[in-house]
Amino acid sequence: MKRRSFIKTTAVAGAAATVAPAIWSEAKAQARNETLLIVNESPPNSMDIHGVGANRPAYEVSWNIHDRLITYGAKKDANGNDHYDYTKLEPELATDWNVTPTSATFKLRRDAKFHDGTPITAKDVKWSFDRAVTVGGFPTFQMAAGSLQKPEQFVVVDDNTFRVDFLRADKLTMPDIGVPVPVIMNSELCKKNATAADPWAMEWCKNNTASGGAYKIERWQPGQEVVYTRNDDWKNGPLPKVKRVIMRIIPSAGNRRALLERGDADLSFDLPSKDFAELRNSPKLTVVGTPIENAMTYVGMNVNQKPFDNVKVRQAVAYAIPYQQIMDSVMFGQALPLFGGADNKFKGVVWPQKDGYKTDLAKAKALMAEAGYAGGVETTISFDLGFASTNEPLTILVQESLAQIGIKATINKIPGANWRGELLKKNMPMIANSFGGWLNYPEYFFFWCYHGQNAVFNTMGYKNPTMDALIDKARFASGKEYEDAVKGFVDIAFEEVPRVPLFQPLLNVAMQKNVTGYRYWFHRQLDFRQLVKS
Amino acid sequence: MLKLLLSRLATAIPSIVGVVIVTFMLTRLLPGDPAAYFAGLAASPQAIAEIRTKLGLDKSLPEQFVAYIGDLAQGNLGNSLSTGQPVVAEIVTRLPASAELTLVALLLAVVIAIPLGVLAAVKQGTWIDHTCRIVTTAGVSLPVFFTGLLFAYVFYYLLQWAPAPTGRLDVFLSPPTHITGFYLIDSALTGNLEAFWGSLRQLALPAISMAIFSLAPLARMTRGSMLAVLGSDFIRTARASGLSPRTVIFTYAFRNAVLPVITVLGMVFSFLLGANVLVETVFSWPGIGLYAVNALITSDYAPVQGFVLTMAVLYVALNLTIDFVYGLVDPRVRLDA
Repeated sequence: MKRRSFIKTTAVAGAAATVAPAIWSEAKAQARNETLLIVNESPPNSMDIHGVGANRPAYEVSWNIHDRLITYGAKKDANGNDHYDYTKLEPELATDWNVTPTSATFKLRRDAKFHDGTPITAKDVKWSFDRAVTVGGFPTFQMAAGSLQKPEQFVVVDDNTFRVDFLRADKLTMPDIGVPVPVIMNSELCKKNATAADPWAMEWCKNNTASGGAYKIERWQPGQEVVYTRNDDWKNGPLPKVKRVIMRIIPSAGNRRALLERGDADLSFDLPSKDFAELRNSPKLTVVGTPIENAMTYVGMNVNQKPFDNVKVRQAVAYAIPYQQIMDSVMFGQALPLFGGADNKFKGVVWPQKDGYKTDLAKAKALMAEAGYAGGVETTISFDLGFASTNEPLTILVQESLAQIGIKATINKIPGANWRGELLKKNMPMIANSFGGWLNYPEYFFFWCYHGQNAVFNTMGYKNPTMDALIDKARFASGKEYEDAVKGFVDIAFEEVPRVPLFQPLLNVAMQKNVTGYRYWFHRQLDFRQLVKS
Repeated sequence: MLKLLLSRLATAIPSIVGVVIVTFMLTRLLPGDPAAYFAGLAASPQAIAEIRTKLGLDKSLPEQFVAYIGDLAQGNLGNSLSTGQPVVAEIVTRLPASAELTLVALLLAVVIAIPLGVLAAVKQGTWIDHTCRIVTTAGVSLPVFFTGLLFAYVFYYLLQWAPAPTGRLDVFLSPPTHITGFYLIDSALTGNLEAFWGSLRQLALPAISMAIFSLAPLARMTRGSMLAVLGSDFIRTARASGLSPRTVIFTYAFRNAVLPVITVLGMVFSFLLGANVLVETVFSWPGIGLYAVNALITSDYAPVQGFVLTMAVLYVALNLTIDFVYGLVDPRVRLDA
């Protein structure tokens, strides 16, 4: 055995294996031009948005392969990028609709067909809506958020006319029909695959699609990739430009960035803030960052425990947080500040908005002394390890700053799987966390996060009857009355400060320069239908 | 031989039963609430309770265990919540991916490590010996994920020699017809040159990173074992009898030195199969390690149990194979048993 020659031959063979030309290059180049390659971190776990535990990537699948009755219009945001417009409802399967105080009647498109060629009729719509309000879990709760609760509300007038009877006047009813949940499914196909124990074909729909939307599933390898092809017979909107979409799972963030920078992948959402901040300067890529509506990252304090039952301590914390440092060295500028406003008052019917707090340690110390904690106090600050890349540096900065006003905080890292359980217990004294709501109304956020019904997202256990009354009023009021209610609860939230708003995160997406038409959606998933690859 | 095999199998049964019980208990004892996790972001306590009932998590532990054993007896490992698929189906598609990668890496390691170890022992103290020492020390001190990341950075990102680290096959290629689940074998059998070449290219970097790591124990063991044998009396006798160095080294010394190397080989193989997860993450390899880790992160019980059980069965099978190979290599082992 001649070792030297052995090494040589293996080295040569190795080099040959890596540099030899690819034999499929031409066919591949062709396919490449017509295909959009998306690289993501986590895969969908279902083809059915109504399924138990369907995750966010599953919403993306559902959004692209299904139609809904109506959709939202578009506008340009401050940076000239496409942004869905929640004030404009537009046709999708329904060509037009007539809303009265008690019901909404939808006219359905006559030539629309499911992927298997069956015409889409009102009975499919009813079956799908019935399914969403019956199967329980997330879809049923989302429907209920728009007062869509009972199958009797959904009426087939004739094959092409469908009516929704209202339970009550709720301004969220119509918008709720455009969210990802009420998709129109092929009822005959589903019924064929239903069983007595499973009348809604939940089992079958997990891995199969009964849809009629702009894209069809060509291949799904769970945990690895989803391949879509365009539905060329799609009638419910302008035919999408991209013929084929491949969504591949690339678990390592570094590799997702490398793939984008090398031009091998076309688009990705899932990168750390630092990468997005750096890629913004790349001449090869477009980075679009859109503030996530109705969302904020905050520090929450448990108002039912000492010392945070004292409003002065909470205000002291709000004056002690090193806001600008968090913006610079945790978020790398990839967020909008929610601190340092002119005053601590309501600034219009938008949410989130800036409060009047800023880093002012002298003031914070004075407040601590007023509250009787001049001698200092100990507590813990907890965060979800699933979002450690943001939460860890953030809590460390907060910890350092709190130490200066005499609050000695220990950091408590909680694994992602346990986080929800810990939130439910409501006994963590202090947390760093984020929340975002789909429907962009201040009262929607407050309903989840500040209302005394004490939903899981009211992580502070905050209860204030005055605020509850204002939130309830805002849900069904309009005009001046509505604005006053919003002003009322925003002012209380700022003054009482059970949660300290830090920043409004951005939804960032990086894509190749030749990919255009990206539109921000409230569900924060990608809509392939508007994209163009040139 | 059959008797030996059966007795070994019999001793394996209690350990598998133990594994079943321990994994069940462990996944239940770990903190974390799968129902809360899978209820999604905007779930109410009521929604979480509904999901808990659907998953059967509202039942008592013994009831859950009986249900689990019942399913297991029918070859049903349950459903994964995070991918939505039956665990058995997932393991069947993912195990070949991990096995293919591990086997290629191991083959590569053996082809380099054993000659290197033999040479280092024969030419003890020369530059070959020192090279062997440096290579093995470097190999074992670089963690696999680090070499993996480094390779991906240098050979893909900077030099563009290697294909994009996107999994077992280029995004624009279709997988070969399923026969064994090993892409190299399947594509060779079906004459699908494109897929064969494509999967070989994808395999190169992860396999080399893993091979570098497993070089060290193999080369060190070969060298040590060869040194011991070369110093023994029968080799001296063989040399004194005027046998050619080649015959002495390969026929007499190596054959006697190979036994401990096989043991290490078995250990390295099982270790690689389990430790794959880092390489799998770096190279987006849809293998079983990645699957298990994702399941752990989400408190998804069924895949974790399925993974541990599969691994336990694999180890048992591996140990049996190694015992069997011992017998082939060294008849004395057969007699001892």
